[in-house]
Amino acid sequence: MTDDTTSTASSAGARTATASAPAAERRSRMLEVTGLSAWYGEARVLSDVSIDVAPGEVVTLVGRNGAGKTTLLRSVMGLHPQMQGTISLDGADLGRRSADARARAGIGWVPDDRGIYASLTVAENLLLPPVVHPDAWPIERVYEFFPVLHERRDFPGTKLSGGEQQMLAMARVLRMGSRLLLLDEPSEGLAPVIVQRIGEIIREIKGQGVGVLLVEQNVKFASTVADRHYLLAQGQVVEHLGNDDFTAREGELLTYLGM
Amino acid sequence: MSEFIQYTLQGLAAGGFYALSALGLAVIFGVLGVVNFSHGACYMLGAVISAVLLAELHVGFWVALLVVPILMYGFGVLMERLLVRWLLALDPLYNFLLTFGLTLILVEAVKQRYGVSGLPYEIPAGLGGQVTIGSVNLSVYAIFACVFSVVVCVGVGLALTRTRIGMIVRAATEAPERTRALGINVGRWVTPVFGFGIALAGLAGVLAAPTRAITAEMGSNFIIVLFAVVVIGGLGSILGAVVAGFLVGLVEAYGIAYAPTYAQIVIFVLMALVVLVRPSGLFGREEIA
Ligand SMILES: Nc1ncnc2c1ncn2[C@@H]1O[C@H](COP(=O)(O)OP(=O)(O)O)[C@@H](O)[C@H]1O
Ligand SMILES: [Mg+2]
Repeated sequence: MTDDTTSTASSAGARTATASAPAAERRSRMLEVTGLSAWYGEARVLSDVSIDVAPGEVVTLVGRNGAGKTTLLRSVMGLHPQMQGTISLDGADLGRRSADARARAGIGWVPDDRGIYASLTVAENLLLPPVVHPDAWPIERVYEFFPVLHERRDFPGTKLSGGEQQMLAMARVLRMGSRLLLLDEPSEGLAPVIVQRIGEIIREIKGQGVGVLLVEQNVKFASTVADRHYLLAQGQVVEHLGNDDFTAREGELLTYLGM
Repeated sequence: MSEFIQYTLQGLAAGGFYALSALGLAVIFGVLGVVNFSHGACYMLGAVISAVLLAELHVGFWVALLVVPILMYGFGVLMERLLVRWLLALDPLYNFLLTFGLTLILVEAVKQRYGVSGLPYEIPAGLGGQVTIGSVNLSVYAIFACVFSVVVCVGVGLALTRTRIGMIVRAATEAPERTRALGINVGRWVTPVFGFGIALAGLAGVLAAPTRAITAEMGSNFIIVLFAVVVIGGLGSILGAVVAGFLVGLVEAYGIAYAPTYAQIVIFVLMALVVLVRPSGLFGREEIA
């Protein structure tokens, strides 16, 4: 995607020198997380994490269970108040803005539990969020792309299979028109065909300039869709790799992740 | 047989009071995460205000049925704005204690002003007496109370399932945090939902006024039964609250009729059984927090 994406951890240091980066380059960053630390009570689970995502770019966060990936996404979404550091979207500091304001500013969250409402039908699950951007998918397009959601539109959301619920969760943020997607382990527990389908969706939205921050433990899958990868261990970014390096070191990374 | 039908009707009428109130309790709990202990006191206020309107302003039952819920809505709005709101960010226990304290204040205030002996209220003209269907005598007012509660519950149900606001309330009731993360300003609905929940408790109070002793304490037992209703129906389930409300009304009426010694505990036995078989209640979602 961009030429600064193939660098290794060494450039992560360089990246922190954003303040001196040219304005044009800074504008090209959709999400910018700088010096993020987060706590649960006394326990610190993120330490000085800095990452960024550009429009049309797919960036993964890879790390073992408990590394702090979900906490990072929740912090970006504004759901984890016990944090320090800055998070900005399209150059504007999100500060203490509420989660709903962030969603309306273009951040779409697909939580690890998929977040489908049992008390809403499939159609209502799709139509609940407001449309936040002119590029949002009209409902017809959503149904065309996900025929199963059209077929099951009057079923309670949670009557869908796991894979269908994942489709619904992703379709929901597309219908909303989110410009930055936070996907928390979308491939987890799903059959290979469905994982492949999720890959197709990610490539499709990437083509529309949507930025994706993808949390994954499935290294194989991550390497088929992403441009860059951050490795998170014990709440810290320990590596920052372009996809080529990531693919080359796949075996090593799998061992590292304990998989 | 004829007696059984009478008890059933009485049970359904009482169940209507529970269903309306539990519906209010459920939406408040769902959207705000507040267990409103003062719900019984609000039910009591609904009945007391009806009695006072009648005695001091000669405002009758039919007007009270409309005016009291509106007044109680206003009371709920004030309560949320002035008190409940400030504690929402803290542990839910704080609001539980707040509404508990408020209950004591309301009960004592009513006692001070109107005494403990109970206020008079009559069954409104046209709804008195009995109708005979076959060989069964049924109280006209009980039939009315029962039908009215069902109509209101169905109306609220339709509003919840057929309107966008209803959809948002359902979503926020099920998962408030996630609903915010989907771009919905749940906070905007907090005050109206709270007021609405309190108005439903007040409405139940108006309906109960003609058939119950109207005292400051009438809500004390009511709130305990109401908690049982919510546990049986499933915490956070709107449908569960309504169904369990009628169910508990029935069980209570049969208990009073056939096992008067145990009347006080049958509901809690039912609650224990339901919780044993389905820990999250009849309509609760499977996962338990
Ligand atoms: N609600 C919570 N309360 C306390 N600790 C938590 C909570 N949620 C997560 N943690 C802890 O925070 C750390 C990071 O968790 P999480 O962000 O969920 O990691 P990941 O998504 O990478 O598996 C873990 O050590 C986890 O035990
Ligand atoms: Mg996680």
